[in-house]
Amino acid sequence: MDSRTPALYLRLAPALAATLIMLGASLGYGVAQSLGYIGAIGARDLSLDAYTNLLGGQGAAGREFWVSLGFSLWVSMTSTLLSAVGALLIAAWLTDRPSRSGTFALNWNLAVPHLIWAVGLLLVLGQSGLLARWAGALGWIDGPAQFPVLVRDRFGFGIILHYVGKEVPFLTLIVLAVLRTQSDGLLRVAANLGADRWQRFRLVTLPLVLPALTAGALLVFAYCLGAYEAPALLGVQYPRALPVLALDLFTNPDLHARAEGMAIGLVITAATLLTAGLAQRYGNNA
Amino acid sequence: MKRAITWLFLLSPILVLGLFAFSTRWFYPQPFPVEWTTAAFSRLLGDRRVLLAILDSLTLALAVSLLSVVVAYPAARVIGMRAFPGKRWVWLALFLPTVVPVLAVGMGLNILALQTGLSGTRPGVVLAHLVPTLPYTVLTLAAFFSRYDEGFEHQALTLGAGPARVFCTVTLRLTAPGLAVAGLFAFLVSWSQYLLTLLVGGGLVLTLPVLLFAAVSGGNPTTIAALSLLFLLPPLLVIAATSRFMAGHPGEFREPIG
Repeated sequence: MDSRTPALYLRLAPALAATLIMLGASLGYGVAQSLGYIGAIGARDLSLDAYTNLLGGQGAAGREFWVSLGFSLWVSMTSTLLSAVGALLIAAWLTDRPSRSGTFALNWNLAVPHLIWAVGLLLVLGQSGLLARWAGALGWIDGPAQFPVLVRDRFGFGIILHYVGKEVPFLTLIVLAVLRTQSDGLLRVAANLGADRWQRFRLVTLPLVLPALTAGALLVFAYCLGAYEAPALLGVQYPRALPVLALDLFTNPDLHARAEGMAIGLVITAATLLTAGLAQRYGNNA
Repeated sequence: MKRAITWLFLLSPILVLGLFAFSTRWFYPQPFPVEWTTAAFSRLLGDRRVLLAILDSLTLALAVSLLSVVVAYPAARVIGMRAFPGKRWVWLALFLPTVVPVLAVGMGLNILALQTGLSGTRPGVVLAHLVPTLPYTVLTLAAFFSRYDEGFEHQALTLGAGPARVFCTVTLRLTAPGLAVAGLFAFLVSWSQYLLTLLVGGGLVLTLPVLLFAAVSGGNPTTIAALSLLFLLPPLLVIAATSRFMAGHPGEFREPIG
């Protein structure tokens, strides 16, 4: 209708206001609380105690911070790498024999809520789960306790499996989207010039999809770093992922712990924003 | 062969959940249940708390999808159809919630809700759910509007229809598919939201994910599986309904980051 500028910006206002007010207020309160400003108890002295405690390894939060950071980084990096490799393989397999049902399956998988995915893993891989029962029925193990601890394990294998299962489809769709925009001309030229299957993949397909895949993988990494549900359901008490530690401290009745929980939340936010920024860069250069 | 693998993959979550949900006295190491029952479902559906949770989840998700579409509509229309200075920044601002971890948003909103008296209330939870849903409704609607022809509206205006009449008889009808898909996405995102409901609802707004999360920490497998199936049913129906749309737009839907 009319394209006068003020009216145009007015229409952007509801969505922008809803997003920015809630996001801004929540981050603002987060920063304030992490600095020790807690209006409810009249604490108004600002200090960097929460941050120095964390980084200096002091207090209840500090003792766990570095361990949790290491654990979160291990889980997120492993999940991201495995998802990227898995996505490449599946995308290569699907483009050889393109099908609608394959893409539908991937989409459908994305829509299964994380909570359900985690429940499924627990039921299948737990020590009294489906696989343990099958192994027992086949006589491979003598009792549930002999089944390897694959979920709620201290190395985070269950969490990694969760993320790989959830993020492989996401990255596969990204790779497929890139491959579909390319004609198969390059591949045919390479084949004519005598390139075998592996050479075609390494020298043609891989360079084509790498920028988009890297951008997608960075988003996956950022997500894994900040997500709460999977590590809460599939992890152990120690070591805990950073988001789990953060929420536990935040809901702690001790208000100093609350500030530290907030501080961890903000550290995670900074890390994910940085990673997403990098992803944006890669995506634009693609 | 490939079809079979695809279908197995598609159905595996439901099959596993069904195996546990309908089983009784399934002792280790029996590979499959020997006795089947719907007792878990009758127990759940006879539980007032579960029924209220289903009702709460449905009404909240419906309210969120409606509000999300209404709020997103004007912005999406402008973004989809106009070029304007600062568009890049507007996109960036609207998509910020997809990269800021829900945990950080939730902890901040927990305090904001306490300050504004919205903590523990349904309206508070609805507003909080707007944060993760808006990027998806704006994206979906903006994509729709980038292929939208305003000519029909101009024609109706020229023929003497008032703006309200044009909106009701022309715009709404032409944009109905886009509005529906955007609303369904918002519904799904809100339906599976756990952390924001917990942190803003303060344990007073008990939706299905909140119940399920609590059950997973200490319930028995049969109850967990049955509750999961109840929780999975609406997303299943939504995906079935929108699969045609998604076939043309692969990868446009995913759960919110966080």
